[in-house]
Amino acid sequence: MTTRGWVALSLAAAALVAAPFVVDRYLLSILLLCLIGAYLGQAWNILMGFCGLLSLGHALYLGLGAYTGAILFVKFGVGPWLGVFAAMAVAVAAASALGWLGFRFRIEGVYFSLLTIAFAEVARIGFDNWSFAGGAAGFFLPVASEAQAQWFNLRGGPYFFYYLALALAAGALALSAFLRASKLGHAWLAVREDPAAARALGVNATRVRFFALFISSAMTAVGGVYLAFWSNNLFPAQIFDMSRSIDLILAPIVGGVGTLFGPIVGAFLLVPLGEALIDILRALGLNAPGAKALVYGALLMIIIAATPNGLWPWIARKLKLEGRGA
Amino acid sequence: MTFPLFAEVFLKGILTGLVYGLMALGLSVIFGVVRVVNFAHGEFAVLAMYAAFVLFGLYKVDPIIASVPVAFAFFLIGYGLQRTIVQPFVTRPQHEQFILLVGLALVLVNAMLMVFGPESRQVDLPYSLDTWMIGPLMIDKVRVYGALAALVVTAALFAFFRFTLTGTAIRAAADNLVGAAVVGLDVKKLYALSFGVGLACVGAAGSIMTALTDMTPMLAPSYTLLAFTIVIVGGLGSMAGALGGGLLIGAAEAVASAAISPSMKSMVSFGLLVIVLALRPQGLFGKAES
Repeated sequence: MTTRGWVALSLAAAALVAAPFVVDRYLLSILLLCLIGAYLGQAWNILMGFCGLLSLGHALYLGLGAYTGAILFVKFGVGPWLGVFAAMAVAVAAASALGWLGFRFRIEGVYFSLLTIAFAEVARIGFDNWSFAGGAAGFFLPVASEAQAQWFNLRGGPYFFYYLALALAAGALALSAFLRASKLGHAWLAVREDPAAARALGVNATRVRFFALFISSAMTAVGGVYLAFWSNNLFPAQIFDMSRSIDLILAPIVGGVGTLFGPIVGAFLLVPLGEALIDILRALGLNAPGAKALVYGALLMIIIAATPNGLWPWIARKLKLEGRGA
Repeated sequence: MTFPLFAEVFLKGILTGLVYGLMALGLSVIFGVVRVVNFAHGEFAVLAMYAAFVLFGLYKVDPIIASVPVAFAFFLIGYGLQRTIVQPFVTRPQHEQFILLVGLALVLVNAMLMVFGPESRQVDLPYSLDTWMIGPLMIDKVRVYGALAALVVTAALFAFFRFTLTGTAIRAAADNLVGAAVVGLDVKKLYALSFGVGLACVGAAGSIMTALTDMTPMLAPSYTLLAFTIVIVGGLGSMAGALGGGLLIGAAEAVASAAISPSMKSMVSFGLLVIVLALRPQGLFGKAES
């Protein structure tokens, strides 16, 4: 990264740390969604951007993480700081099954992507019919008032959740940067570009793919626990839904797949865009149900047609934020 | 479940499966030639259902007859879509194609939501409830007509690909793109034709489906998933596979919803999908990639 890049990153970080003292609660909630979007985008980007495996069913890990954390807390009294490890373990177990099937039987390319959708759908239908976890009617966490905020049970006000989201997003960025520079990161890139050549050079392609899948799914499960305790309600039709998987991957794709800052840029563009659309359409008198999603879909098509490799590479070039080869 | 009931449910599933197969055939043709997965496939299927619904409402056109004009209109839509929006994406990575078509799916499903509303609609055909008795089996007339129509369209498509010069050229482009370009075929035009033919299949299938089931815009994603499941089970890019997959999934879903519960029917088809992928990743009818 160039000096300009470091300065820009520091300014952005300082602005995000200071934001709760400046903006109102509505804006803060939008910033929180941006940060969570960036965090989940980083998790997906490790699998797709670094290792070249296109998952279209990441809602699977999000939902498993959310339900594991919530069920352990409500039914067994296990706090989320402990439950998050169980959530990661459950997500990694599901990822192992998927990876075993996919890698063992050489299910590649578009077949792998469709397999990930199938896994997420099976989980959605399963949780819809699992009465212990509330079934289709949903699973609820007790709502705590801000006065009885208990940080050790992830119960707190908007500021608490905002800084937690900021920490998650920053942590994911640091982890991505670390992984990309590591030996494993280089093995991922080799497997992404040419699996056969990577194998010839002694890279165990199956093994490094499993690592990418494990790290990505575990990170997504952590995001799921966060969402469960933040929103206090879980519905299989929402958290496991295909549209959730799509939402999750839009930010990194629009921002720039395989880049470190792409998921962040994408999230900070798309989340406010979605919110602004509601206001704009209301001002135009177009508040029919569906209008927002229609315009959003059209904008997605325009954005993806106009920026082939995502926004970040273009921004970085224009503003000279990244050195050559970064 | 008694045997006559099982046979009845199974037969019903097979008949519906033929229509599913036609829908999935469209996805298979598009992927087989253009190498783009149409993630808006179910949205087009539901759009065709509404088209047939409107034709019935305005001119009392039977949805099964309406499959002809709807398929023709969808061919033109597909042709134009490939020429304008999809063609630049043919050489772009798969995840970018995905975003493009998901964007298109959002536009379609929400446009339908705004025009027709979220409530479910159906057409009341005079013969909706008529049945034939074959021995102890009771068979819906409308399902038989629908299945026959789907068979006719499928046969026409097979004939097109087998016996016409254009169909042969499309198969050539699917087999060997560079070779096709070298011998002077207009590949872009063949791609546009294929996308058109693919959408014509969905158009016909959706129109026929209008006679069999209710419609709401919210059904669209589940039809997309259904089409994916069918073509993967049958073999992506294989025409016979789409049809065979349609029959298999149609029968499996019908039996599962009668024997277990309707909410479990997609679970059963996903189970089939996983088994097929593990045993034969290229699908039941697909050729192994060399």
